[in-house]
Amino acid sequence: MMSSRDKILSAVKMNQPEQVALPSLDGLRGAMPATLDAYRKVLESLGGSLFEISDEKEIPALLAQHYPEMKRVIAATSGERSWIHEDPHMLEDVDMAVIRGQWAVAENGAVWVTEEEAPVRVLPFICQHLAIVISRERILATMHDAYEKIGLPLTGFGVFIAGPSKTADIEQSLVLGAHGAKSLVVFAL
Amino acid sequence: MNRQTADHATLADKFNENEPRVNWHDETLWWVRAKRDKQAWSIPEWEQLREAASQIKLNVLGNLHGYLLQFEQQARQNGAIIHWAADAAEHNEIVTAILKQHGVKRMVKSKSMLTEECHLNPHLQANGIEVIDTDLGERIVQLADEPPSHIVLPCIHKKKEEIGELFHEHLGTPAGNADPQLLTAAARAHLRKEFLASRAAITGVNFAVAETGEMVVCTNEGNADMGAHLADVHIACMGIEKIIPQRKHLGVFLRLLARSATGQPITTYSSHFRTPVPGKELHIVLVDNGRSRQLGREDFRNSLKCIRCGACMNTCPVYRRSGGHSYHTAVAGPIGAILAPNLDMKDYADLPFASTLCGSCSNVCPVKIDIHQQLYKWRQVLVKEGHTTAGKTAGMKMMSAVLSKPGTFKRAGKMGRWVMRAFPGMVNNRLNPWYKQRDMPAPPKQSFAEWYAANEEKK
Repeated sequence: MMSSRDKILSAVKMNQPEQVALPSLDGLRGAMPATLDAYRKVLESLGGSLFEISDEKEIPALLAQHYPEMKRVIAATSGERSWIHEDPHMLEDVDMAVIRGQWAVAENGAVWVTEEEAPVRVLPFICQHLAIVISRERILATMHDAYEKIGLPLTGFGVFIAGPSKTADIEQSLVLGAHGAKSLVVFAL
Repeated sequence: MNRQTADHATLADKFNENEPRVNWHDETLWWVRAKRDKQAWSIPEWEQLREAASQIKLNVLGNLHGYLLQFEQQARQNGAIIHWAADAAEHNEIVTAILKQHGVKRMVKSKSMLTEECHLNPHLQANGIEVIDTDLGERIVQLADEPPSHIVLPCIHKKKEEIGELFHEHLGTPAGNADPQLLTAAARAHLRKEFLASRAAITGVNFAVAETGEMVVCTNEGNADMGAHLADVHIACMGIEKIIPQRKHLGVFLRLLARSATGQPITTYSSHFRTPVPGKELHIVLVDNGRSRQLGREDFRNSLKCIRCGACMNTCPVYRRSGGHSYHTAVAGPIGAILAPNLDMKDYADLPFASTLCGSCSNVCPVKIDIHQQLYKWRQVLVKEGHTTAGKTAGMKMMSAVLSKPGTFKRAGKMGRWVMRAFPGMVNNRLNPWYKQRDMPAPPKQSFAEWYAANEEKK
């Protein structure tokens, strides 16, 4: 008897139409500027906030000022990293996680983060609040630019994060903080 | 399997019993459509993006066999375990077997319309496995023991007061409290416990990249990631049409998806799952369930381009006023009405007729599916195959007899105008569906042909 795999593949082969060429992706970038201002505007419209900094050392004070209630803060950017080897479930009580982002996209506020920057995959989701550090030199205009820069995968997991976790499932009322981080702050170096 | 109990018109009638509710439903979805417009119009290259997306998907349909093999090979190299399911039953058996093998009794699932199409939840329940839907909208309809009514906004038919009552009963929120903020916070606390306790997680798949063997899952809530990263076993279920050729094509689709769906520039999370973490398992179930058959139907194969944004529902004048449940299928609205007859012509013969053929769906579709034309073509197939009701078939035959003979048409028109003048009760009654919620027009004194002849004489 033919396996389901072979059955499906042979049916697909028999029924698929003649192949057409892939379209060119040139000319899809539009006129979106790749600037910090453009990025900030979109990020704020998603409920995120942005701080310009000149040194990562400014971050702890800014966090203490804007999030005074934080008990457990984890920084993947520096400092104590024993949590990397713990059971990921133990990150459940993390109030604030600070991670680096590789690229930021002005058209939609998204930041590309891989497991290089978040060595425990669940960290940017399970923390109550999230801070991402980006370089203003690495702000791109569109998603086309982002995939061009990212290239092919070197890591097992990567994610575009655009703003805090949210839902509008109850009568289309927007609520920030569904299952992931309740707020997102981006630090631009 | 859920078999048809009533047709679209009957179920829509039921939804229309509550007029203020229908008006609210209509306006809410139109508001989402307006948000989509605002996003689309802010992008000068929007139409080129739609065209590119449509062409990429057309390329996929023409080489699906090759791309599936490439995806399988890449995903295996990444350490994923690949399963193939010919139909819904096989899909459900595969998922159940994986869960039983790991002794899972209770687990979390993020949004997957494919598992709705396959009726996975009741199957797992019958096998002693409890599934917790974790998308807030899906959890709400699950607690209400209802199916989702919209693929992106599962509980769009529910008022917050009803949700407040459900949460009071199931999650212990204060009675009479319907504050979305409070209800969402309660769901967050309740589902966090489930995420932390679950050893297996099911997710859907938005895009699967042949080139890299990775899958992209888009959510706003973060539920797919909370489930998949905390569990030991991640099962991703996808229809075989979710394949795209290369990673760079994600740029096109991710720009279109959320803008078309809810008018956001992108979903909060666009997660790219490639390899399992060492010591954990990643299963990918590739499901056909009629898709290879639809691929062979020249007139309908373009429906497989769909990226499940729901824009065609939000804009549809029939969907907005009849509600998702009136379509009695997992994917409602215009796109559902061209997908469902492929699964079962008899059960879903009513759906292609649940449309005004206004074409708004085709105009907003981000992958440019000719939805309204396919609806029209399905009607012809369904009549030819004998799946329409005797009344409709007889009516169509009579219309065709009248319209094809000018003499008969003239006499019938005269008679009709006379009847409407002499016995208005013959047409202004409950038996005439055109009389429902509207008055019949006053019958004209003469036909156009008579008026034209009279005017020609005067010249």
